[in-house]
Amino acid sequence: MKTATVETNRPPPRSVDLPTLIAVGWVLLMLFTALAAPLMAPYEITSIDLRHRLTPPVGFGGTMLHALGTDDLGRDVASRLFYSIRTSLLVAFGATAISVLVGTGIGFIAAYFRGLVEHALLLMIDVQASLPFLIVALAMLACFGNSLTLFVALMGLYGWERNARLARGLAITASAQGYASATRQLGAHPLRVYLRHILPNSAATLLVAATVTFPEIVLVESGLSFLGLGVQPPMTSLGVMVAAGREYITRASWMLLAPSLVIVMTAVAVSVLGDWLRDKLDPTLK
Amino acid sequence: MSAVFRFAGPKVLRAGLSILIVVTFTFVVLRASGDPALQILGPSARAPDLEAFRRHWGLDQPLYVQYVRYVLAALHCDFGNSMLAGKPALQLVFERAPLTLALMLPALALTMLIGIPVGAYAAMHRDTWVDRSVMMLTVFGFTVPSFVLGLLLILIFSVTLGLFPSGGADRPESFVLPVLTLGLGGAAIIARFTRSAMIEVLSQLYIVAASAKGVTWRQVVRHHAFPNAIIPVLTLFGLMLGGQVAGAVLVESVFGWPGIGQLLVVSVANRDLAVVQVILLLVALTMTSANLLIDLLYGVFDPRLRGTNSGSQ
Repeated sequence: MKTATVETNRPPPRSVDLPTLIAVGWVLLMLFTALAAPLMAPYEITSIDLRHRLTPPVGFGGTMLHALGTDDLGRDVASRLFYSIRTSLLVAFGATAISVLVGTGIGFIAAYFRGLVEHALLLMIDVQASLPFLIVALAMLACFGNSLTLFVALMGLYGWERNARLARGLAITASAQGYASATRQLGAHPLRVYLRHILPNSAATLLVAATVTFPEIVLVESGLSFLGLGVQPPMTSLGVMVAAGREYITRASWMLLAPSLVIVMTAVAVSVLGDWLRDKLDPTLK
Repeated sequence: MSAVFRFAGPKVLRAGLSILIVVTFTFVVLRASGDPALQILGPSARAPDLEAFRRHWGLDQPLYVQYVRYVLAALHCDFGNSMLAGKPALQLVFERAPLTLALMLPALALTMLIGIPVGAYAAMHRDTWVDRSVMMLTVFGFTVPSFVLGLLLILIFSVTLGLFPSGGADRPESFVLPVLTLGLGGAAIIARFTRSAMIEVLSQLYIVAASAKGVTWRQVVRHHAFPNAIIPVLTLFGLMLGGQVAGAVLVESVFGWPGIGQLLVVSVANRDLAVVQVILLLVALTMTSANLLIDLLYGVFDPRLRGTNSGSQ
């Protein structure tokens, strides 16, 4: 028999637990790989070796020569994986930064001007929310062609509406508080009020929002690359590798499994880390 | 009647405006981005051919003329012809729609049938090992992208066990893996959300009151907690629809499913503007009306929301 109890106080926040530690470890490993990919990769990612095509990884009949096996053109899977991590993280970092900056800017503008400007921006946010980002991205990629810079900029549109909504809410709450009106009454320029006072006070929440955006961008990027519309050869990304592995799913499943595992682990790790950060930085956000 | 109108009117107006903006946006972006004549006929086409192609499709007119023509035609359900297939774009899309719906509807049902009970169960056994392992599983559920999940399912159930076909849409068994792929991720999100909504509700005073007056726990959950917890899940359902549509594009690509998603990818790659526009519009229309419906349903389920708009009635 259970009884209902009114919970007045939640248990004290745990210190860092095991899943969080593993998540931190994995994220650090990914960051290190992204930075050190050229040093770590034993082969060029484009070096073709047809005599050793589809070699299995170590432990499945392969040798240490190609620790994670080779692909259909005899290219080293491990080397390609390191460079893929580099590309995917680069795209995701750039895009997250753009998304948070654009979102915060728009949110602050809406909060400052209110009235018609705010309504127009809110309508745009509604419109964005009514179209799945992947569909919009597909259409725009095919239209504007594809270079890495353009691709990062496009990915940067991901989640702007969520960040804008959040930033607007934060700014409206903040500007009603004492410190904001105090600086305003001292004659500070609105830019100064927003950038020097409101922004630092909202930064923690926006940072947590970024940890939500980041893994989602990794997933969208890999999805688009999987469809062949994201990162283009000769560059490689995790989605590109999965797409290539799909053709050889019966004969060389390692081509598929290696990048898939990295995508899943990274997304899970960042999301666990985000939960932890959220508890740490901003207990009011849910 | 007027109260209903005051509650629903602005929402309907906003939805309509969103749709118009989507139409305008897709039109401008798609038309401004490049020359479809070159794309369809290829770079080696001769200039008179290009000219004739442009004149035939009205591409030689100024952009705003094309736009007004497009909107007027759209009001008559005429979205132009697919430049690739030569058939009306709308017809092309509707031919594929049943197959996509045959994936999405069972997947959405699966999402609810797994997500809600699992979430509610976890909430009622909060902080037990069942709860913790379910929550850990759901993290994987919503972080594994659908194309990876789909390929892993193919690897296990088609390649290794040989139970289900790995692609195509010709047999009843063909549905199993794509529907699972599309449904499981959503189920994880719904489960997490239901859990937190349920936990929130279970800590309310009216639950304590119900328990205190001697209502059995089963009754408390069924009649007091669950109906209140389910309302916010409805909203999430509307937001998730977009994820499902995007997921369907990837899942169709993984399983070679000849639905709208594949049509979109092929049309985008070939810059078949009319088809892309119809699909974008269809998606926006579906999502906007779904969210509108949920907004209105919210008013039905939660009378407090109606009160603010319709005065004392």
